[in-house]
Amino acid sequence: MTKRRSLISLLSACLAISACATLGDGDASRVDLIRNRGELRCGVSGKIPGFSFLQRDGSYAGLDVDLCKAFAAAIVGNPSKVQYRPLTAPERFTALKTGEIDLLSRNTTFNLSRDASGGNGVSFAPVVFHDGQGLLVQRNSGIRSLQDLKGQSICVGSGTTTEQNLNDAFQSLGLPYKPIKYQDLNQVVAGYLQGRCQAMTSDRSQLASARSGFEQPEQHVILGDVLSKEPLAPLSSGRDQQLSDAMRWVVYALITAEEMGITQDNVDNKLQQAQDNPDLTKLRRFLGVEGDLGDKLGLSNDFVVNVIRATGNYGEIYNRHLGPDSAVPIPRGLNQLHRDGGVITAPPFQ
Amino acid sequence: MKRKRFPWLEIVLLIVVLTVVGVLVNNLAVNLIRTGLGLSFEWLWQPAGFALSEHTLPYQPGDSTAWALLVSWLNSLRVIACSIVLATVLGVGAGAARRSLNPLLRQLAALYVGLIRQIPLLLQLLFWYFVAFLGLPSEPMAPIGALISISNQGVAILGLNLSVEFSAVLVGLSVFTGAAIAEVVRGGLDSVPKGQWEAFRSLGISELLGLKKVVLPQALPAILPALSSQYLNLAKNSTLAIAVGFADLYAVSDTAITQTGRAIEGFLILLLSFLALNLLINGGMQVLNRIVVRPAQRT
Repeated sequence: MTKRRSLISLLSACLAISACATLGDGDASRVDLIRNRGELRCGVSGKIPGFSFLQRDGSYAGLDVDLCKAFAAAIVGNPSKVQYRPLTAPERFTALKTGEIDLLSRNTTFNLSRDASGGNGVSFAPVVFHDGQGLLVQRNSGIRSLQDLKGQSICVGSGTTTEQNLNDAFQSLGLPYKPIKYQDLNQVVAGYLQGRCQAMTSDRSQLASARSGFEQPEQHVILGDVLSKEPLAPLSSGRDQQLSDAMRWVVYALITAEEMGITQDNVDNKLQQAQDNPDLTKLRRFLGVEGDLGDKLGLSNDFVVNVIRATGNYGEIYNRHLGPDSAVPIPRGLNQLHRDGGVITAPPFQ
Repeated sequence: MKRKRFPWLEIVLLIVVLTVVGVLVNNLAVNLIRTGLGLSFEWLWQPAGFALSEHTLPYQPGDSTAWALLVSWLNSLRVIACSIVLATVLGVGAGAARRSLNPLLRQLAALYVGLIRQIPLLLQLLFWYFVAFLGLPSEPMAPIGALISISNQGVAILGLNLSVEFSAVLVGLSVFTGAAIAEVVRGGLDSVPKGQWEAFRSLGISELLGLKKVVLPQALPAILPALSSQYLNLAKNSTLAIAVGFADLYAVSDTAITQTGRAIEGFLILLLSFLALNLLINGGMQVLNRIVVRPAQRT
């Protein structure tokens, strides 16, 4: 009798342990899942020129897309192993929560409600584009700053806090102005192009995208003044520490590479230098020649080299899609490195 | 004498209506409590925090939201009052022209009514604003000397400055409602027996005088009720002004609701403001009815 009881308890213990083991399997990091799959599933918009836009040949291009490539280079080891999923704004969080996509790189504003576990509960990587409300004016208008818009008409859309931001900026400078308020962005654009307003206002990324559709985009400039904070960042579901750490440090690697002057072209030279010269400890750690920074993240130790080879550093990505020679030029402003007067900076790779 | 039936139907109907209203009010109250909102009108006295492109009374962004709403209500009132006058002139003219002896005038009036009544008002407003007014050159043109000057920055008539947004809403509403009024007037004129027309024509009285003295007094009782409902329509249609950037009551309420998140209170105020506006128009028309129709019927 006692024998039988102990047998049963032994069996149930085995069952319990195996149950725990299966649960443990479910807890395996998404990073391993992506690596085993050999492909990263990345949610993008696909409709925003400069950020993620479907090209004529069926591929995607933009700042958000290059980040997907950087993540794939770091995790899978190959920037072309990305499956892009175009998502609308309402779809994006659901797709992330259900695990349909591994991560989201779709100009999403980082704020408390989305980050908090009582809200959307997602986990944000560092900000990759500091957007904000801006103003678009005609190049030949002579308007260069908010002061020049004193007493002028400004076309503005309804439905967001755009009007309030506009007023806060003008009121704090004591400047009178005339808001001409329309119901949606298309009417704002029409009113501006027809010459009703001397300026139109919206998020700077939206202004740049709208301008790229104008007949003569080069005749319009976005002013340097920024009226609100809209920090855009990539994000993961928030259930996976390893994935969100990996994403965080891939973005920091892009920024650090720009700080250290490492580019897509010279990364192999730099790697050679690091291997040849044991005194360049900082560079050696960053490129994974010594230390175990990559291993700690669960990535290959030289993940930084893979990332920079794939996309170049942060500044190169920015210039490729939003720089002065691109189709959607947006002045770098806040998105400059901290040493150049912006807010882009990264903690040390130590 | 027939005994009065017990009003079963009325009682059942009353219970149904009260239940529906009760469920709606309860639903609203429960949801407001759940979201921790509750009805509150405190925000009306907070600074509005947005500028208005046009205002008849002095207004600054630091003034209260209530003041901003009042100023925009006056904007609505202004464009509605002006449109009612212009639409009536257009409508009576076109309606009378459809019964004129001049075939060209008749055809033109028929074309105007036929064309305008087939096109949605929103499209017409967008046309007047984006194509007609904003299509004007930015340098003022003065076709009749100093009397009137127009550009895509505004219209000035005898030194009175009107914004392009106001002008577009005024013209759009007047032209659209004018076509409807033309039909009302034509219907009224047709209600006067043909013999009345023949009578004054055979007496050698001019068309205009005959219309004024013989036909219109008899047609007015048929015209006025339909006319006042056209005026009420015009007032309600004025909310489409938001599409062309005019700072009317609806556009400003929309901004206030977005900034304060007080959608229910905002819509209550909007509803009450339009109720007040339409009661004003209705009252005015009843006075007109008493002055014009009653003496006409007595003679």
